[in-house]
Amino acid sequence: MLEIKNLNYAVIENGAKKNILNDINLTFKDNKIYVITGHNGSGKSTLLKIIMGIAQKTDGQILFNGQDISNISINERAELGISYAFQQPVTFKGLKVKDLLDIATSEKHNLSAMCDILSKVGLCAKDYIDRALDDKLSGGELKRIELAVTLARKGKLNMFDEPEAGIDLWSFENLTALFENLKGATNIIVSHQKRILEIADEIILMSDGKVVLQGNREKVLPKLSINACGRLREVNNG
Amino acid sequence: MDKIDREILERVADLHKVPTGSFNIRKNGESVARNSTKDIEIVPKKNKSGIDIIVKDGVKNKSVHIPVILTLGDFHDLVYNDFYIGKDCDVTIIAGCGIHNKTCKDSQHDGVHSFHIGKNSKVKYVEKHYGTGEGSGKKILNPITKIYMKEGSCMNFESIQIGGVSSTIRKTYAKIYDHCLLNIKENILTTDNQYAKTYFKVELLGENSKCDVVSHSVAEGQSYQEFVSDMIGKNKSFGHVECDGILMDEGRIVSIPKIDAISKDASLVHEAAIGKIAGDQLIKLMSLGLSQEMAEQTIIKGFLYN
Ligand SMILES: Nc1ncnc2c1ncn2[C@@H]1O[C@H](COP(=O)(O)OP(=O)(O)OP(=O)(O)O)[C@@H](O)[C@H]1O
Ligand SMILES: [Mg+2]
Repeated sequence: MLEIKNLNYAVIENGAKKNILNDINLTFKDNKIYVITGHNGSGKSTLLKIIMGIAQKTDGQILFNGQDISNISINERAELGISYAFQQPVTFKGLKVKDLLDIATSEKHNLSAMCDILSKVGLCAKDYIDRALDDKLSGGELKRIELAVTLARKGKLNMFDEPEAGIDLWSFENLTALFENLKGATNIIVSHQKRILEIADEIILMSDGKVVLQGNREKVLPKLSINACGRLREVNNG
Repeated sequence: MDKIDREILERVADLHKVPTGSFNIRKNGESVARNSTKDIEIVPKKNKSGIDIIVKDGVKNKSVHIPVILTLGDFHDLVYNDFYIGKDCDVTIIAGCGIHNKTCKDSQHDGVHSFHIGKNSKVKYVEKHYGTGEGSGKKILNPITKIYMKEGSCMNFESIQIGGVSSTIRKTYAKIYDHCLLNIKENILTTDNQYAKTYFKVELLGENSKCDVVSHSVAEGQSYQEFVSDMIGKNKSFGHVECDGILMDEGRIVSIPKIDAISKDASLVHEAAIGKIAGDQLIKLMSLGLSQEMAEQTIIKGFLYN
């Protein structure tokens, strides 16, 4: 379980204080899928980065299974079972797909183990494990690998930042099935996509660094207005 | 051969025992072991120190090892090795030099290597440099590589300095003709107060000649590196130079590129990026459970040796 209490995050920009997250209070229970949605720039990624330890909160508390994790390093949080698939996958000069998979699980994999991991995201291990993790991979390929690496960690708290971005619609079904199979852990997915929202147990809507709406899917989904492409458009504050 | 010699051979030439095939092992200025085969002949030079390596036409899937060991202080070794590679060959050449200097006087090896690559031949050339020994004497390596490529030939040149070299000036000159491909991969690690300078001059003389130079270097401690490249396109050709440097501690890397498309049909590209380890790379690896230190090592190791 992850509890976020009175969380604030501000930065100094051009000498002035800029509030990015304002008094966030959220509880993420085990064995559930939470989908965070909201306009571009509403603070979704920042929230995940603070949970992972990549950005440092200004004040507030982050409790993971009762332990305050706000002052421990990224890798210590990773060791506690927190894992995060980035919105923008990172490229490396000199690391291969298999290197990252080995690092993620701290063991050396053989081809069949790599196959198990990569086939979950629709990639054939043979074609990919020796590929360099650089920008010769397509955006969608990088996103899938990012997803595979995160899944390989078998975290207790999994965070996915717009996992569907760049992934072709054909694979959507597999993607949603993937998340539904992650029960047993706490899952937080940032997404704008209706089909991802539809697998949520709970939906959290953010706007301007605040949580403006939250609750179970049945309650929240009808209040969101979704356009023809399945992307969240605007909020119906009814 | 003692323990230090064996370690050097392993490090610079991946040799765990005396190689099969053609080889020449040079130690402290003299050839200590040599073998010629009917395909690849090694002939000592008469007028100066060094060897001619002659690869007959059509020799395929053969290799030749010519490692150099230096274990004396106050010693300056100068050697000329000339490679004559026939046509339609496919060979691997493993060179490399390790200096073990435990004295307070300098130890230096200058290898001048020239490659005459015949039509449609393919050559892989690996040169690894390495220094050890706690003495205050410097370990200096100044290789010069001259490459002449005939029509349709291809060369993959890997120039690697794996550490411990106090000072190096590495010069490479290449003239390449029609339909040739020259790939140069350079990896250099400097630490402490080490100095490394590399200089590439590539002349794309032939139609559809192509050259790709990729340099990855890491400067740690107070070390200083310079990368200078000069690529000239005199025909319809393609050239690409990439210099990527990672700075650790107080290390410095200076990149000075020059590209000159004398022919309007030459297409030359230069890219350079020098800076700290990218923060997002560190963060990604830490989020996969590596400590900051381990993450840095992993990134550097991959960057230099993958
Ligand atoms: N370190 C920072 N300095 C200045 N501004 C920042 C910083 N970090 C985040 N912001 C700003 O905070 C806001 C929230 O950013 P965030 O990346 O969390 O948005 P998001 O909800 O994930 O958006 P998107 O849907 O586009 O991914 C943005 O306006 C962003 O520019
Ligand atoms: Mg975001």
